[in-house]
Parts: sequence; C-alpha cells; structure tokens
Amino acid sequence: MELKTLTFLVVGLSFALYIGIAIWARAGTTKEFYVAGGGVHPIVNGMATGADWMSAASFISMAGLIAFLGYGGSVYLMGWTGGYVLLAVLLAPYLRKFGKFTVPQFIGDRYYSQTARIVAVICLIFISFTYVAGQMRGVGIVFSRFLEVDITTGLIIGMGLVFFYAVLGGMKGITYTQVAQYIVLIFAYTIPAVFISLQIAGNPFPQLGLGGHTGDMYFLDKLNKTVTDLGFAAYTSGNKSMIDVICITLALMAGTAGLPHVIVRFFTVPKVHDARLSAGWALVFIAILYTAAPAVGAMARYNLHATVNTAVATGGDVFAPEASIQGETRPDWMKRWEKTGLIKWEDKNGDGRIQYYNEKSKDEAFLAKAEAAGWKGNELGSDKKGKFDGTVDRDIMVLANPEIAGLPNWVIALIAAGGIAAALSTAAGLLLVISSSISHDLLKGVFTKNISEKGELLAGRIAAAVAVGIAGYLGYNPPGFVAQVVAFAFGLACASLFPTIVLGIFSKQMNRGGAIAGMLTGLIFTMTYIVYFKRDVLLGMDKVPDSQWLFGISPEGIGVIGMLLNFAVSFIVMKMTAPCPDHIQHLVEGIRYPRGAGSAQSH
Amino acid sequence: MSSPQSFDPKAYWSATLKLLVTTLIIWFVVSFGAGILFRDALDSIHLGGYPLGFWFAQQGSIFVFVGLIFWYAKRMDKIDREHDVHED
Repeated sequence: MELKTLTFLVVGLSFALYIGIAIWARAGTTKEFYVAGGGVHPIVNGMATGADWMSAASFISMAGLIAFLGYGGSVYLMGWTGGYVLLAVLLAPYLRKFGKFTVPQFIGDRYYSQTARIVAVICLIFISFTYVAGQMRGVGIVFSRFLEVDITTGLIIGMGLVFFYAVLGGMKGITYTQVAQYIVLIFAYTIPAVFISLQIAGNPFPQLGLGGHTGDMYFLDKLNKTVTDLGFAAYTSGNKSMIDVICITLALMAGTAGLPHVIVRFFTVPKVHDARLSAGWALVFIAILYTAAPAVGAMARYNLHATVNTAVATGGDVFAPEASIQGETRPDWMKRWEKTGLIKWEDKNGDGRIQYYNEKSKDEAFLAKAEAAGWKGNELGSDKKGKFDGTVDRDIMVLANPEIAGLPNWVIALIAAGGIAAALSTAAGLLLVISSSISHDLLKGVFTKNISEKGELLAGRIAAAVAVGIAGYLGYNPPGFVAQVVAFAFGLACASLFPTIVLGIFSKQMNRGGAIAGMLTGLIFTMTYIVYFKRDVLLGMDKVPDSQWLFGISPEGIGVIGMLLNFAVSFIVMKMTAPCPDHIQHLVEGIRYPRGAGSAQSH
Repeated sequence: MSSPQSFDPKAYWSATLKLLVTTLIIWFVVSFGAGILFRDALDSIHLGGYPLGFWFAQQGSIFVFVGLIFWYAKRMDKIDREHDVHED
C-alpha cells in the first residue's frame, strides 16, 4: 500500500479508538470529571501518567537533541525521570492523603488563604499554557509532514479530537484514552529502535546495543571516531559547564515534580499506598522510552554520517573525494524530507557531492585537511525561511529514522500515529488542569461558592472548551518561542509550585505570608531571568550575551535559583508574620500518615 | 482523620524522614554524583562499550530511579504497619 494511504489508515484507526474510549468513559459527576472517580488502578494510572508525561518533545525531539548533544543530552534523560523519585517521596502520597481535586486547592487550604489559592492558579495557568502551545504545534507539524495537509488543518483536527474527549470525558475520559495513547506511542517508538539496534549492534535491546559492538569496535568508540574524524566534538564528552549541567538537571527534576498536570494524576488512585506505587509504575512506563532514546539518538546520528560519507562504515579516509556521496544519487528519504525543510543540501564547492562536517571545528589540523580536500564549508543542513542553515533539524532523527534505516512503510505510519498520540495525550492532561483550576478553584472556590454540582461540571466543560481554543490559537500562531517553552514551564514549576507544596507538607510552621511571598518571588525572578536572556526570541530584541549569566547558569537551569529564593523568602517572611494557626498544624499532622485516606473530596 | 490510639506521630515521622533521606541520598549519588560530578573518574572504567560515567548519566540512573521508588514504597508500607497507620 502507498505510504500516505497507509499513514491515513493507521492514524485514522487510532483516532477511532480514542473516540470510542471517550464515549465509553463519559464523566457524569464533578468527581469523575476532576479525578476520574478516584478509583483508578495504580498500574493503569502509571500508564496514563506515562502518556500524559511524554509529550511531543519527548517523542519527536528528545532523541534528536541527544544525537547532536551526546553526553550533554543526559540532562534531559536524568531530569525528566529523576523527578518521579521526588514525586514519590515528597509529594504524591501526602497530596493523595489530603484528598482534594486540584493543586491550588491544596495550597489554598494548607495556607488558609484565598490569595494563596489565586496565586497558585496564576502559576498553574502560566505553566500549563506555555506547555500546551507546544503540544498543539506538535500535532500540526506531524499532520503536515506525514499526511501532507497544512498545519492549520492538522491543528483543527487535533483540537476537535481533544475537545471531544477532554470536554466530554474530563479526567475519566482522559485517563482511559491516555492508556490507549501510551500503547500506540510506545510501540511506535520501540519498534524502529529495536530494528535500528539490530542493524547496527546485532542486539534487539537498544539499551544493550548502545553499549555493544559494531564490527570489531564498540559502537560508542566507533561513533566517537566518526564524529571526531569529521571535526565534531566526541559524542561521549560534554560541552556545558558542570554548574549549568547540575542546575538544568535539578530544574527539570523539581519542575517535573511541580507540574500540576502530573501531580493531579496521583489524586485518581484509591489509596496513599497506591500513590507511591503508581509513581513507580509511571516511571517504568516512561523508562521504556527514555532508556531507548539514547540508543535511537546515537545510532541515528551514526546512520546519518554513514549515509553521507561511505568511508565512515568502512573505516577508510573520510577526505577521499569518492567517499562523499553524490548529490544526484542521494537517498529517497533525503529528497522526501527536503520538501519539509528539515534537511537541505547546498553544493558549496560545486563538486556534485555532499560534504557533511563541522566547519566551525576548533581543530586546526582538521580544518587544514578539509581545505586540502577541496571542502568549502558544510553542505548538509536545514532550510530556515528559504536560507541554508548549517544544522540538520534534530526532529528528523526520530521522524525520518525508519526511512534512514530502511524499515517498512507501516513502521513509518506508526511513527505518525505515535507522535500525534504523544502530543494529544499531554495536551489533554494540561487542558484538564487548566479547566479545573478555573471551574473548581476560581468559580467554586472563590467567586461563586454556591454553584451547583451540575453548574460546576458545565463550567468545567466550558473552561476546557475555551482552553482548547486558546491552545489551538497559540499552536497556530506561536509567539515565536515554542522551542523555548520547555525552559519556561519547568523553570516556573520548579521555582513556584514545587517548593511551596513541599514546605506545606514538611514544615508545620510555614504560614500564609511565607508561602505567598515565596511563590511570587520564585515566579517573578525566574520569569524575569528567562525573558531577559531569551528576549531575542521572545521579544525580538538584541540578544544579551551568555557571558552575563548569573553564576554561569543558563535560563534552562535558573529555576533552581528561583527555588532557593522561594525557600529563603518563605522562611524570612514566616518569621516576620503571624504564626500558622493550630488547626492548620493539625491538618498537616493528618496528611503525614496514610490511615483514613478516603477518596478525593470536593470540599 | 482521627489517629489510632497507640499512634506515636513523632516516632512515625522520624522513621519516615530517615527513609526519605536515605532515598534522596541514593537518588543524588546515581545521578548528580555518578552521572555528573564524578563522571570523568568513572569514565575510565568500562561497562561493555559504555564508559561508566556516561552509562550512569544516560541509562544507569534511570534504572536505579525505578528500583528506588518500588523499594521506597515497600519500606514505607513496613513503617506504616509497624506504627499501625496502614490503610485497611
């Protein structure tokens, strides 16, 4: 069957499945709408959390990031998994015992303050909207690349689908569609990974293949030799400063633990015991993808070099003229993806062959050899608004991976369905926490306290519908920073919600004033720093040089400083303001042990 | 949220915090320790084709995290039972 027809078929079938599940799992009560009725099995919840967690960025971009960063990509691998340890020991069981519907509700009750609750809603909305814009964009991109419809059409289809099951099914509908989406995305990811590992290292497990042999060399040694021969930095070496690597990793970990759409997943299980276990299961399902990703990245990088320069595989001279492949006979996948601009060939020296190397290498001897071979600059890159850009788009490492490895068409179709599943499942989770923070925290909790159950459910649905619309608009017309939103969302969660929730559980004395001042400090400091150093992409102003970074910490890692400030300000303000009342200290005492955890309550 | 008769909140909480600190030390050592701070030293040791520090950063830490959460959950169950605050 033709690739496009097959892709439509596979994607169409997955959509039919999600819609079927959504109709089966309609929400009838606010409890079902907010926490799926509170009776979700920990393994099922773990799987749903996995899909909720793994976004378009995890699925499409992460392996490509690792491919080009090598060791430097470790910050994402450790950062986006280590947060689950923090969730399991610091947050999930205690918030489950507290037994309410939303994160702002915990903050409002624990800090006996409507103001604290509203500040938490503001943090939540900032975090969730920046994150969801990237997901909707991801849906549009997958549609346009695989199904050759334009991004807008793709977006509208994606919005329609999310609207259908998030608005209709609430948390209940989302949970069960996420289970299906997890299965789709994990097959789509691991099948090409297994094939590529078999091809290169002769081992079906990518986790072992990456440490295995290719020919008579260890694969990683071969890869290091390949990339250094072509002037790039060794794959297993890093290029960021240690303080920055530590801060980024920690910001991603604490950010993960502070993301509202991840936290609320632990409100859906029946017991405190289940909340702890469920964090473990979630990480099992996430680790299947996250431990395969380094192999996918490294092997795709190797395949790309080996495709363009035939001396890479044979171990011959990479500078020999006939080693670089002829442009005319370049593989079909390259021609196909050139249409999307993700990859582009520009024959700078006019020899009709493709030279792909690091023209900005600091190795003088290498550059001299390249010049002697008649190379006049790197010829493989991507298309940025009609101009040649010297870096191959990293997303191609996953999207074109099956084609580079010569896998059958149905695997390619599966990648499309998997990418859409990853983006939709995350988008739905985010939209739900946005809508529940509006209907439950703002309307029911603050402004219209006597709203009926039915009215609240309707308000939740309307809020979800409006949020889908806004997310779609942001996806269609991204404010120029889609690539930067990850730094934003994680940094803000790390600096605002995470410390405040942890203090609420582990410090009985922490009071209203401390919490509000801490949250605002963390939020404002982190946001200002990111906007200041990203103002070239965000506001179109001149770039501030990286040499001005505070302690050498990049905007991606600054959430850690925001978190420390949050803690410090909380304690200082706590000392200066009225102490935490006795009944709140009893409440904190009560959430610290499991017995008596009923299912989640609305008030 | 009534607490059981024999329940000693201080003893329970200190047992919980002790386990929490142990868990977080392991969490820190395998990621920030082996994967970042002591990576260069560990990289001189090889695990198959993996330099050990690189392996911890891209594979090992994740495997340990998974095991760690289940171990923590099991130990917490034991503490809950010993202090008679377990569910049902």
